[in-house]
Amino acid sequence: MSGYRMKRAARLALAPSVALLIVGMIVPLATTLWLSFRYYNLMNPALGGFAGLSNYEFFLTDPAFAQAIVNTILLVGGVLAITVAGGILLGLLFDQPMWGRGMARLLVIAPFFVMPTVSALVWKNMLMHPGYGIFAWVAMKLGLSPVEWLSNHPLLSIILIVAWQWLPFATLIFLTALQSLDHEQQEAARMDGAGPLDRLVYIILPHLGRAITVVILMETIFILAIFAEIFVTTSGGPGYASTNLPYLIYVQALMQFDVGAASAGAIIAVVLANIVAIFAIRLAGRNLTA
Amino acid sequence: MRSLRPTLFKAAMTFLGWAVALLLFFPILWTVLTSFKSEVEAIAFPPAFWPSGWTLENYFEVQERSEYFGHFLNSVALSLGSTVIGMLIAIPAAWSMAFQPAASTRHVLMWMLSTKMMPAVGALVPVFLIFKSAGLLDTLPGITLIVLVGNLPIMVWMLYTYFKEIPADILEACRMDGATVWKELVHVLLPMSLPGVASTMLLNIILAWNEAFWTLSLTAVKAAPLSAFIASYSSPQGLFWAKLSAASTLAIVPILIIGWISQKQLVRGLTFGAVK
Amino acid sequence: MGSIKLDGLKKAFGSQTVIPDANLEIADGEFVVFVGPSGCGKSTLLRLIAGLEEPTDGRILIDGRDVTHAAPARRKLAMVFQSYALYPHMSVYQNIAFPLKMAGEKADVIRVRVQEVATSLDLLPYLERRPRALSGGQRQRVAIGRAIIRQPAGFLFDEPLSNLDAALRVSMRTEISELHRRLRSTMIYVTHDQVEAMTMADRIAVMNAGRIEQFDTPLELYRRPANMFVAGFIGSPKMNFIEGARAREYDARTIGIRPEAIDWSIDSGKWRGRVERVEHLGAETVVHLSLDTADILTFRTPLDERLVAGRTIHVSPREDSIYRFDGEGRAIPGPKRNP
Repeated sequence: MSGYRMKRAARLALAPSVALLIVGMIVPLATTLWLSFRYYNLMNPALGGFAGLSNYEFFLTDPAFAQAIVNTILLVGGVLAITVAGGILLGLLFDQPMWGRGMARLLVIAPFFVMPTVSALVWKNMLMHPGYGIFAWVAMKLGLSPVEWLSNHPLLSIILIVAWQWLPFATLIFLTALQSLDHEQQEAARMDGAGPLDRLVYIILPHLGRAITVVILMETIFILAIFAEIFVTTSGGPGYASTNLPYLIYVQALMQFDVGAASAGAIIAVVLANIVAIFAIRLAGRNLTA
Repeated sequence: MRSLRPTLFKAAMTFLGWAVALLLFFPILWTVLTSFKSEVEAIAFPPAFWPSGWTLENYFEVQERSEYFGHFLNSVALSLGSTVIGMLIAIPAAWSMAFQPAASTRHVLMWMLSTKMMPAVGALVPVFLIFKSAGLLDTLPGITLIVLVGNLPIMVWMLYTYFKEIPADILEACRMDGATVWKELVHVLLPMSLPGVASTMLLNIILAWNEAFWTLSLTAVKAAPLSAFIASYSSPQGLFWAKLSAASTLAIVPILIIGWISQKQLVRGLTFGAVK
Repeated sequence: MGSIKLDGLKKAFGSQTVIPDANLEIADGEFVVFVGPSGCGKSTLLRLIAGLEEPTDGRILIDGRDVTHAAPARRKLAMVFQSYALYPHMSVYQNIAFPLKMAGEKADVIRVRVQEVATSLDLLPYLERRPRALSGGQRQRVAIGRAIIRQPAGFLFDEPLSNLDAALRVSMRTEISELHRRLRSTMIYVTHDQVEAMTMADRIAVMNAGRIEQFDTPLELYRRPANMFVAGFIGSPKMNFIEGARAREYDARTIGIRPEAIDWSIDSGKWRGRVERVEHLGAETVVHLSLDTADILTFRTPLDERLVAGRTIHVSPREDSIYRFDGEGRAIPGPKRNP
């Protein structure tokens, strides 16, 4: 086959993927953008026409929006803090020699494979339930009164659930990165008189730098979009205490049927995610040529 | 004495490691154990750790009350369907970009990645409206299609990085040896990247099985896979913890096994090849 | 069957021209080596001949047939790669059989041919092994087996010995020469190692910056280098180049003297210099001498204890072995003028 025909075949092979992504992602996104400037309510089809920025105004001035933004940031920040710090510690721990290490690792990464709805329900009912949950029992054993997790600390509860799901991801990545650490370099550092703490600070953590960046970016992307965990535990409540941006948009669109406002919210969420994505894509792009 | 210190260290690490591992695994273990308890035992307080009866009753009741098996099959169809169709679309794309790169290849890859970064909620409204008017709401083809689109970038990327690892020399040798593009794909490329192809499929099965944004918003009864069906247990009335546990156990065990098998490749897939 | 002609061949990657204009005629059955420093374009030239790269301009003819745009497999050429490029998931048997299988040959014909080839390369005991279970030399032979099974019009070798250790390299060198003697087919061999080039080639193309500087037999290249690049590249240690008054004496911008064409003495000679460094290699000694100007002169001589660093000695180049070069570095032909 000549070079030219080969190239044409290659373009042809790429076409279905590109077409599917355009139809499935770009077209809806463009439509969302368009809808965000329209009056469009499924309950009130008579209302229509160009809305200018009023959907954005409506969404941005909604007190729920400010709270949802704060909650979204707290959720992302809280989960990141727990999983990055915990992940590094667990990565270091499971990089040490121990009996049954492979098996223990399997147990540690297991939570990542549990579907979000299941983990949220298990935590909500069997662990955090103030009457019958394990946490209540532990509190009682310690002589404390049980905590009403989901009603009194809804956002913290969700942070804990999501952190439990993502801690394995961080651990797994840090472990993988640690295993690629050059052992001769470690030995050289020991010859140079570096103690365990020096090696951690000057060799291991810098080596993990890239992995830490990856974990932060990837988790941010997924946690910005957390939905199912809120849906099945608190439904965003009490009030808006545990509503994040995706959940607010969902409520706006599929429960209050205000398509225009929901679209404006969605565009705001996309912009927010894109700020993170730009960094993530740069990172992956650097990897592309490596 | 000199040989004792490493052993003591190892013993300490073993203790610490297993303590942490069991703590993190406890919610899953607890779910599995509870699924074999009676409803009364499930909400006993103080909790009964070990089931006294080891009953399978919950598993039967979950099926009887709610057509559990139907939802299970929906999950299977959704995961396998989106994976197989996805691979058929993604393999040619990854082949094209890995071995016949054009000036635009880099941009196409970046663009694909960026669609994955876009929050699904950004597409929710139009997709919901289109699905509604096209009669795709609560249908298997509909949910399969949207999950497929969501995971396609990851599939293409993963395959691309695996294909890229095949030395250019080998493919050139193949051309010198007179292989056509098709024979090259069948005799050399796919056999050599078999581990990569397999782990791409496994990762996609995991992601599709656990998908819970689109399934919750676009399916209700008929086409609901387990991820959406389980959510119906969140209703406050009645505490059917044993049955919830049975339904949950069945929902997570298959994927847990697949996840354990593919843990290494998973890192790679979820970081778009940035960490190997 | 297997003459190769390059006619005004040009290759550019984007705006960067790698090979400006290559012209070469290789006779049937000839063993030709492309040699040059890394990045000189020798591998690119080989890949153009193989059909793995499309030329920007010019023509490639094999046995008079224009194959410039033909697919690699249609050129009846086989290639042995630097990395061997064996198929890791196939056994040795399947690797060697692969080209015939692609050509749609019948299974029993393939079996007979593989047996023949494996026998000639001492690979019979390893036919069921995977490449990763073989030593470097064995992998190399599998790669050669995969090349010869098609009975191609010509063989292309891309630095095939550079991944082997020194001892193995010498024995594989002999094996490849032996193979050429037996098959009598055209071979083009790319290397940066001038010893490989000198010992194996019928003719050598010395390349530099994408150009073929000289194409000639090994001895001619040594005796009559066309320019300073070839003169400096062929021979080890490198030829000494001297400019200035000493060169003008010979009516040249630069003169070249090979290290083996210099005689020395303690008390008398043409030039005087100080011994800077002495390398004892056993059979011979390499001496680096600084002349009273900035010039450094390297020469080789039998072992002599009087040669110690810091000592002043005299040297004389053999007048009949002085090469003369003009301002562009081209060799000036004709008899060397004695002062």
